[in-house]
Amino acid sequence: MASLELRNLNKRYASGAPDTLKDIELKIDSGEFLILVGPSGCGKSTLMNCIAGLEAITGGQILIDGQDVAGTGPKDRDIAMVFQSYALYPTMTVRDNIAFGLKMRKVPQATIDEEVARVARLLQIEHLLERKPAQLSGGQQQRVAMGRALARRPKIYLFDEPLSNLDAKLRVEMRTEIKLMHQRLKTTTVYVTHDQIEAMTLGDKVAVMKDGVIQQFASPRGIYNDPANLFVASFIGSPPMNFVPVRPRRQGAQWLAALDSGQARCELPLELAGDETLDGRELLLGIRPEQIGIAGSHSLPTVLAEVKVTEPTGPDTLAFVELNDTKVCCRLPPEIDPRVGEVLALQFDPARVLLFDAGSGERIALGPARSNGSAKKVSRLHPR
Amino acid sequence: MSDVSVAQRRSSDVLLPPGEGGAKRRMRAMSLSRLAIHATLILACALYLVPLVVMLLTSFKTPEDIRTGNLLSWPEAFTLIGWIKAWGVVGSYFWNSVMIVVPAVLISTVMGALNGYVLSMWRFRGSQLFFGLLLFGCFLPFQVILLPASFTLGKLGLANTTTGLVLVHVVYGLAFTTLFFRNFYVSVPEALVRAARLDGAGFFTIFGRILLPMSIPTIMVCLIWQFTQIWNDFLFGVVFASGDTQPITVALNNLVNTSTGIKEYNVDMAAAMIAGLPTLVVYVLAGKYFLRGLTSGAVKG
Repeated sequence: MASLELRNLNKRYASGAPDTLKDIELKIDSGEFLILVGPSGCGKSTLMNCIAGLEAITGGQILIDGQDVAGTGPKDRDIAMVFQSYALYPTMTVRDNIAFGLKMRKVPQATIDEEVARVARLLQIEHLLERKPAQLSGGQQQRVAMGRALARRPKIYLFDEPLSNLDAKLRVEMRTEIKLMHQRLKTTTVYVTHDQIEAMTLGDKVAVMKDGVIQQFASPRGIYNDPANLFVASFIGSPPMNFVPVRPRRQGAQWLAALDSGQARCELPLELAGDETLDGRELLLGIRPEQIGIAGSHSLPTVLAEVKVTEPTGPDTLAFVELNDTKVCCRLPPEIDPRVGEVLALQFDPARVLLFDAGSGERIALGPARSNGSAKKVSRLHPR
Repeated sequence: MSDVSVAQRRSSDVLLPPGEGGAKRRMRAMSLSRLAIHATLILACALYLVPLVVMLLTSFKTPEDIRTGNLLSWPEAFTLIGWIKAWGVVGSYFWNSVMIVVPAVLISTVMGALNGYVLSMWRFRGSQLFFGLLLFGCFLPFQVILLPASFTLGKLGLANTTTGLVLVHVVYGLAFTTLFFRNFYVSVPEALVRAARLDGAGFFTIFGRILLPMSIPTIMVCLIWQFTQIWNDFLFGVVFASGDTQPITVALNNLVNTSTGIKEYNVDMAAAMIAGLPTLVVYVLAGKYFLRGLTSGAVKG
């Protein structure tokens, strides 16, 4: 158990080459679960290898329990890692695989046996101890790989996309088990994934990465509800957030954004912090699919829109409509089953939408009135 | 209506059990082609075996028997005199060959494994170029290196010694053994090495405990390849060794090419058999690994 802090970490593969990691700043406390998430090629695996000491960094510090370990080798950092490919030693039995790290550290044989037994019990792989990795199923290999990491009781666990080689059902099971295990053992963990469900469900803290830069470092809830920019907003969430292009106009003290569904137009009042430069500029209105509902409140603006496609998923019905020539996904309760071509009256709370600059992707702050609720908002509906 | 009946007829066609006559005909056709295949194989096999049979038969004949009978005739009386005489001539050179082959094969295999390990798992700046140049060594004909090698051996004071011959064979064989091991190790996931490093294993521990045990088929390929190459080598033996240090191939040549006295074909044949037996034995013992090793990497697992 240890805290982990990265200060101004940089990584470049060759001088002159672009930075693979740029000014990474992270800090997690002892026992916390950090998720590194991002699309492939964003540098998350490189960052993990840097923490492990498998790759040298070109600048900055890696502090484990306040000690800078940037200059030490992987074996001196007391870190254990679970690899995406599991990387089990093929010629050794499961028992020897789990014991290898302990043997390398000259742990007495009696203690090794004890540790192997403990880990095997924890992961329910006691009956597999004498088998070779090739004789195990994918899920079993995954458990052994975790067992190998658990046996050493290291300061930090690193997981490099450990579930991506499992089938969907097993992945969900193992996800829960990893969470349970972490709740029980409370070991500081860094977990790399490109799966945003794993990111949301497992982590205490999530760092969303893109092109070697941390876009946002916050709690899963913070990442989901309060994304720092367009990239984070679009990356986290499934089905993803809708982005409707709008050009807000100033009308007196209020900002209005026009939404056109082809069937109707709607003027959406926005609580923008009044900056004149925004007038007529192209912005993206970010709305999560579950924020859109069937009209039921008189205090919220209503949008009429024709259903183009529906996707009943079981727990929800996803209905796709078009606003400002952009496909918009609405996550509706399963008992609502609109026909294609049916016009739905949709509502969402303008106070909860997010605004992004269409060009830079920067988030645009909503005004101070945001927390005041939406009771005073007026529906402006102009049916054609 | 008609559609339905067509469909029915089609399905009944499919479901109809094949007639018994058809099955028999098929079986007869199959056994006929089988027979043709086997006959061809046996014929080819016999053709290839003729020289060996001639050698074996001749080696057990008496010189008179050889003069009077034909090549393929059965010996009138089996005699070991040829073998005993042959061993008397080439026996000491047989041990020379062993003294050259064993260290040369072992050293070149171990060094090739280490080279391959470094070139695949611990790449350094210019390692690709290094590997490329090393590959060049596989295409160098023996004759090209005769002069530089004898010059070097002379400088080292190893001319006409078994050690010198071992050195030449090791250097020449390294290109091949490195290639074998490197090509095997690039198919091994790098994560294995990373995992071992995190587990606290060092350079040699990772090699000895993790990679070498996985490399048995490749080791076998190297052993067989190097053994055959070095045991059968004549050119290096005749150039870099003289007198008592010569390998059996050179001794065999000397024996067969002597032009004084009557030609004792039974002795020649027996000596040739003695010279050829070790490679045969190695192939029989380790042949299955050879095939497996050559195709490993082609298919995962």
